Amino acid sequence: MGARSLVLIAALAVGLVSFCFTGHPEAAWPLAQIDDYLLNILILAGINVILAVSLNIVNGHTGQFSLGHAGFMAVGAYGSAALTQLNGKACLASLSFLGSAAPLGLFVLSLLVGGLLAALAGLAVGLPSLRLKGDYLAIVTLGFGEIIRVMIQNTESLGGARGLAGIPNHTTLGWTWLVSLISIYCVGSLVNSTYGRGFLAVRDDEIAAEAMGINTTRYKVTAFVVGAFFAGLAGGLYAHFIGYVTPEGFSFLKSVDVVVMVILGGMGSTAGVTVAAIGLTFLNEALREAEQYRMVAFALLLIILMITRPQGLLGGLGGLARWLPGKGGKS
Amino acid sequence: MSTLLAVEKVTVRFGGLVAVSEVDFHVNEGELVGLIGPNGAGKTTLFNLVTGVYTPTTGRIHFDRKLVNGLNSSSITEMGVARTFQNIRLFNSLSVLDNVVAAFNLHLQSGFLGALWRGAAFRSEEKQIRNEALALLEIFGLQAAAQSPCRSLSYGDQRRLEIVRALATRPKLLLLDEPAAGMNPTEKVDLMRLIRFTQEQFKLAVLLVEHDMKVVMGICERIAVLEYGRKIAEGTPEEIQKDRRVIAAYLGEEVTDA
Repeated sequence: MGARSLVLIAALAVGLVSFCFTGHPEAAWPLAQIDDYLLNILILAGINVILAVSLNIVNGHTGQFSLGHAGFMAVGAYGSAALTQLNGKACLASLSFLGSAAPLGLFVLSLLVGGLLAALAGLAVGLPSLRLKGDYLAIVTLGFGEIIRVMIQNTESLGGARGLAGIPNHTTLGWTWLVSLISIYCVGSLVNSTYGRGFLAVRDDEIAAEAMGINTTRYKVTAFVVGAFFAGLAGGLYAHFIGYVTPEGFSFLKSVDVVVMVILGGMGSTAGVTVAAIGLTFLNEALREAEQYRMVAFALLLIILMITRPQGLLGGLGGLARWLPGKGGKS
Repeated sequence: MSTLLAVEKVTVRFGGLVAVSEVDFHVNEGELVGLIGPNGAGKTTLFNLVTGVYTPTTGRIHFDRKLVNGLNSSSITEMGVARTFQNIRLFNSLSVLDNVVAAFNLHLQSGFLGALWRGAAFRSEEKQIRNEALALLEIFGLQAAAQSPCRSLSYGDQRRLEIVRALATRPKLLLLDEPAAGMNPTEKVDLMRLIRFTQEQFKLAVLLVEHDMKVVMGICERIAVLEYGRKIAEGTPEEIQKDRRVIAAYLGEEVTDA
């Protein structure tokens, strides 16, 4: 197992060094040749992977049904943009000790702040609402997502319905996929441990889990907070990629998009939802010509999948579990 | 022998229905006690009261001299009460081994951060838990199936796995809710041996709810009888078999000329 985690850490380190610390990482990487269009899709795919993998810990592994993921993403997006765009000058001044790396430092800081704010929102929603199950929880989380959106819409200092423009474009392919890898690693490691078996136990049978000494409330809230944190990171990346955020971008439909990725990929399969998130991003682009028929295609895809593979693309295969540290080996 | 579980004048009402009424009851350390009674007598309700699924309307429940009224199930399990279920409740998507591993959660040293960081302490603990779980499975003859999904086990094996899983929480008191339900006579004999063995090997007190009189009379040291939520008798199997009120509860009273 040592070798596996070493490979993983090495990959992360290489990614970190080559992407993050050169101002324009694409230039320092073979990917320099790919065109901007593909690059943008790859970045969007990465953001979607983060969203899907983080929703998967709530909907897939812990078996709760959240429809408010876009809300957490919005918190992260606006939270980080508040630092880099709204208070950019002041923040940059206080980070001046970093020299020329100050804008980048601020970007990383703003991502983390956005993630933490979203995690806080996750805690705030999770604590009262996790007494609810199934449909009821779905409605509450849906309501939460809408509350966030409407609140932003009515907050003039955040740009209100006009949105927030002029957010610096810090998000690169490297950053996006670095965060994707981190989220995949975190969710994978969490679930593949004795501690993480608790999430699955809660999903399978709450009463039995509680009787085995597993504090189901704590696990559910943890899942929500972790999921919200990464959704917040994704939101921050998105804001600094597009450069412009509006409340409309984080509507209920965005949450549904992510839920579709999780269901297509297979509830609880990290590898599956990763593949589904990438696949759907590309499909979305491929069908751009067809405009409104895109949704028809998605619906058909879902129906076909539910008939042929109800457990999802890679659901029930153990997926990523096999090469993640700590799990594989002699078993 | 000291008292492990003490139920004092416990009553629970669901609306107008009194499911358990003023029941006094105790289990000593290391004792094997049976709880019997006709259907709807309140046996499972009493189980759910002890394990914190319900809170008593009045009365007190002590475990290990600590009041457990109103605590949630997981904290009571933490104190040393484990149970199995009348209708099997395994973690269906998990393997046999993982079902047991999940129940070790309670004694885990490395939590959330440990699972993320995966340091040396984490890895050695994971290995140790895995070995302990496998050892438990081996005692109960389930080690060969450790990696198979728990749904693939036979009915009797699933019941045994529930007991293994309960034991993984390292209880002082094991509650078995109708473990013989749906078993054939041979399986029942095996089960009786298994319960006895578990009690001795793990030095447990066992509280057994069971309808099958052969099983109950065969292994219990003491039996309490419930009817309509009240305790109508308590004593050794011999005493219970002769008790008029128990016979009346199960078979009805003789018609006598007034």
